[in-house]
Amino acid sequence: MNEPILEISGLSKNFGALRATDNVSLDLGPGEIHALIGPNGAGKSTLIHQIAGTLKPDDGVIRFLGREVNEAGPVARARMGLGRSFQVSSLAPEFSALRNVMLAVQSRQGSSFRFFKPVMRDRSLLDPAMAALDRVGLAARADVPAAELSHGERRQLEIAIALALGSKAFLLDEPMAGMGPDGSKSLTAFLSALRDEAPILLVEHDMDAVFALADRISVLVYGRIIASGSVDDIRNDPAVREAYLGNAE
Amino acid sequence: MEIGREGVINIVVAVALLAIPFAAVVLDETFYITLATRMAILALAAVGLNFALGLGGLVSFGHAAFFGLGGYAAGILATHAFNAEPLLLWPIEILGSNSMPVIWLTAIAISALVALPIGAISLRTTGVYFIMITLAFAQMIYYFAISWPAYGGEDGLSIYVRNGFPGVNTLNPLTFFLICYTLLIVALFLFAVFKDSRFGAALQAARQNETRVAAVGIAPYRIRLAAFVISAAIAGLAGALFADLNRFVSPSMLSWQMSGELIILIILGGTGRLFGPVAGAMIFVLVEYFLGGITERWQFFLGLTLLVVVLFARGGFIGLVAGRTRHE
Repeated sequence: MNEPILEISGLSKNFGALRATDNVSLDLGPGEIHALIGPNGAGKSTLIHQIAGTLKPDDGVIRFLGREVNEAGPVARARMGLGRSFQVSSLAPEFSALRNVMLAVQSRQGSSFRFFKPVMRDRSLLDPAMAALDRVGLAARADVPAAELSHGERRQLEIAIALALGSKAFLLDEPMAGMGPDGSKSLTAFLSALRDEAPILLVEHDMDAVFALADRISVLVYGRIIASGSVDDIRNDPAVREAYLGNAE
Repeated sequence: MEIGREGVINIVVAVALLAIPFAAVVLDETFYITLATRMAILALAAVGLNFALGLGGLVSFGHAAFFGLGGYAAGILATHAFNAEPLLLWPIEILGSNSMPVIWLTAIAISALVALPIGAISLRTTGVYFIMITLAFAQMIYYFAISWPAYGGEDGLSIYVRNGFPGVNTLNPLTFFLICYTLLIVALFLFAVFKDSRFGAALQAARQNETRVAAVGIAPYRIRLAAFVISAAIAGLAGALFADLNRFVSPSMLSWQMSGELIILIILGGTGRLFGPVAGAMIFVLVEYFLGGITERWQFFLGLTLLVVVLFARGGFIGLVAGRTRHE
């Protein structure tokens, strides 16, 4: 395999006596979807926060594109090309879907210290933003304020934003949440194609989607990775069945 | 370009404010010109605050500091010019001035310079802490002004002759109104342009969701700091005009009540709306004048008005008549 895009080694994080992340190592290679699963409270969100830079690990190293990024904040990591989607929040709920994506395009183009040109007449923002919305199938809803989009549409918008950022890796936090069966099916197909553009670290509860998409799966329980491997490995791993799949289904 | 309902209302408000002094001339009631000038200046200060508060969601409870600094810039320069004593001899000689453009630029520069460190520190906090820390800075400047006898201390500082503007007679109330009105329109134009720019988009998005904006690679801190400084500079300019209107500067311009009034103006008119501060200032001055003539306790009624607006018309006056904001 090639150099990994994202590489995490020996990551640990304590909240008081609680060991939320316990010596976690995982990596994300080019063109792959690496799914991170685990029961509620396993520490998936804490791990995502550390990868995105909103939380500082106590120990361990995070490398992105071959560079150590432990000291880089979330803004710097986003600018390097780490595209993160969020579970619940929208970027700018009062803005239309289009303006949300335009904000990502604006960030990618560089400085936001431009005071005079109106954004709504700026083709260099409008066109790429519209293209990103079109790719996730949200073009028809471009003018709707993000707050008025359905839950599923907001997940699509999150992905359009990550696309518009020109991300070199995607960090997707439960993109399927709140999607109807049709929505998840089309999103699954979309993500499957997306991996060729940039690899995806996927945190997801929808097991059908995970099994359909993942090249590799890591299982996180009590902050520790108890198993990591192909879909078949994980399906047949007794420890995983015990800890997770067994009582989840 | 299509003018929506809000655009029509904005034009009506702008024309109404412009019409007051002309009506006053016709009716030979010069005092109303002063009233309209007061409206225009307070509106200008509130347009400044609206950059931080309306677009950025930064509830600064210390904008009187910048308003007052602008006022003192005008007062101090004018006093030195009047007494023909230089402000500073060493290391460079700085003379006083009674020219409005010089005073305006000084007021803008001083306010912006002071706002830079205040903003840089205050913007590390959010919410109630931001409100309190901006208040604390303003109070520091307030007490400094009170305890500095060179420029009048608690008694304030008089400007004996209104400062001049090349080519016009600023002693004519209507002329002075038109100067203030023009500056207000320029500030409103800047507000409208900045709001729709990349800067405005980032600033408004940072208000809506700070974490999320950082995750797309835009640092909210620097954007907010720029907004805070611009906001202070405009408030400072308004302060310089206010000093010339009253021909008097006192620490009350720096007081927390003044900061509160600026916030009230914006809430009355409509937070974040282009003409919110203008409508707010007009309502405020009208209430102050007419109810103030009837009862000393006019502020009780101002409070009632504010309560009604906050409870039943969250978008303020502009929101009430123009409906909700629609972003494209």
